[in-house]
Amino acid sequence: MSFILFAEQVLNGLQLGVMLFVMAAGLTLVFGVMGLINLAHGSLYMVGAFAAAAVAGLTGSFVLALVAALAAAAAAGALVEMLVIRRLYNRDHLDQVLATFALILIFSEGTRWIFGSFPLFLNIPDYLSGPVTLPGGIQYPLYRLTLIAIGLAIAGGLFLLISRTRLGIQIRAGENDREMIAALGVDISKLYTIVFALGAALAGLAGALVGAIQSVQVGMGEPVLILAFVVIVIGGIGSIKGALIGAILVGLTDTLGGVLLPELFKTFMDNAAASSIGSALASMLIYILMACVLIVKPTGLFGART
Amino acid sequence: MKRETILNAVMVLGLFIVPLWAWIADEPFIITLTTKAAILALAGVGLNIALGIGGLVSFGHAAFFGLGGYAMGILASHAQSYAPIMESPFLIEGTKSMPVIWLAAIITSGLAALAIGALSLRTTGVYFIMITLAFGQMLYFFTISWPAYGGEDGLPIYVRNGFPGVNTLDPIQFYGVVFVILMAALFFTARLIKSPFGLALNAARQSSERVETVGINPYRLRLMAFVISGMITGLAGALFADLNRFVSPTMFSWQISGEIMVFIIIGGVGRLFGPVVGAVLFILLEHILGGLSDYWHIYLGVLLLLIVLFARGGVIGTLAGREASHD
Repeated sequence: MSFILFAEQVLNGLQLGVMLFVMAAGLTLVFGVMGLINLAHGSLYMVGAFAAAAVAGLTGSFVLALVAALAAAAAAGALVEMLVIRRLYNRDHLDQVLATFALILIFSEGTRWIFGSFPLFLNIPDYLSGPVTLPGGIQYPLYRLTLIAIGLAIAGGLFLLISRTRLGIQIRAGENDREMIAALGVDISKLYTIVFALGAALAGLAGALVGAIQSVQVGMGEPVLILAFVVIVIGGIGSIKGALIGAILVGLTDTLGGVLLPELFKTFMDNAAASSIGSALASMLIYILMACVLIVKPTGLFGART
Repeated sequence: MKRETILNAVMVLGLFIVPLWAWIADEPFIITLTTKAAILALAGVGLNIALGIGGLVSFGHAAFFGLGGYAMGILASHAQSYAPIMESPFLIEGTKSMPVIWLAAIITSGLAALAIGALSLRTTGVYFIMITLAFGQMLYFFTISWPAYGGEDGLPIYVRNGFPGVNTLDPIQFYGVVFVILMAALFFTARLIKSPFGLALNAARQSSERVETVGINPYRLRLMAFVISGMITGLAGALFADLNRFVSPTMFSWQISGEIMVFIIIGGVGRLFGPVVGAVLFILLEHILGGLSDYWHIYLGVLLLLIVLFARGGVIGTLAGREASHD
């Protein structure tokens, strides 16, 4: 395989990784602060993508579409938190899994009811389409490069938010001891709503950004949700740093595995068998990675809580 | 008599009388619907051993359901094409005989549960939920991308497999087979709960440390429960494949894992008949609401949400009170 092809695949893996991070950051924050396992996070991703596609269809502006995605997902997140999620903080994980599973059913069918079963399309704006030439002669789509940049910017922003701001202090304190910070006068239920809405907004943004290179359809959130779960389990639930490292690991493993494994098998078996076995194994690779990490470190790479 | 016992008796009677009535009234669709409910209930009975008694929240039981289905699909497809599955080192041929297929389904899913359980039970809490989910997804993607047995398109089996002395193509006779298996599994579970193993498992769910102090290894208890649980769900998968005469990767999908869990929650966690009540109610809702609206999943979602939030203990817990609850 040529160097250029390999470099492109690394960039693709990185792009998948940073988008997974944007998705997983909210999930891991919600678990870290509130101890809640939220299956409906994928639905918020879908809400963001649909809101973006609808607004882009009406106004033609991609920036407005992204703003709409952030706003719609944050609003949906805040609403769901106040109506349902709030009652689940003191329940066991089984109840949380089921209630948020129920939320997926409601969100998915509700979206199908409003927008129909056919996929919507969200177009990449002209100023972000087309390839750019990177050093080394690599041609790479500008939009995907922008996604990597946005993802890394969000990662940087989140680290600053958590480590430098007052909200960040409250979030970190909430992870350690929620009774104590409530006793110190922090409005804990407002904090929870803000954290949940923040995670939801990030998921919605990821949905809109990825929706432009895939189609926007009902059920688009669940495959990403499961990948995001793999990410936060590898990284350690509750850790933003773990989510970033886990996301990039998963993105690279998934993308490179799909390309390299069939090539590897071709060195010692015939082509047809190699590509079918190689791609079958490649599709399982990230789950194998997750199982291996958990066997060595049962709480993930950077996790402490169980 | 306790109210829960009466409720259980009503369920058994209903599962016995409704298909019989449908048979007399010549309503084969109702028989098929009841068969589906009974098979899904059996899958739930399997999960209930891990989830209800053992407290192991497995989000990957579709793995065993699917493995049972594919055990049936692979054996029957080879019998259909008269091509042996393997010739060396020893000959294995396909079969259309249900008892052999059941045995294969139980052994396959049991071995898979042993491997998955041995690795997953090293973790607890959310990590356990996630790693079981990951193993289910692993098999799901494997069957999608493995072309030998239909890949993404699935694998149709043209004629339902046979059971000695029973015409399985007749819906009521096939239902009879399923009913007997479901009752046997329920009887087995009832005995298991009362057995020293079941009591220790129940104790390990309530307090792992106390069980350890009296010299019992909770890891081995849980692994055993997980394997038994996987075997029963695997058997249900083989029957489900036989009902539809079709297996596909969707049997491995995480929605199936979620639905099996939903049966147990609707019925009541840890209750012997919880999964039966849940599966019957689920199929009823699917049939009634599905007839009212294309978007029936919204109503199902709302109902499920209300049950989780306000009717803890499920239907049985609400109707029969919490006195026998395992909470």
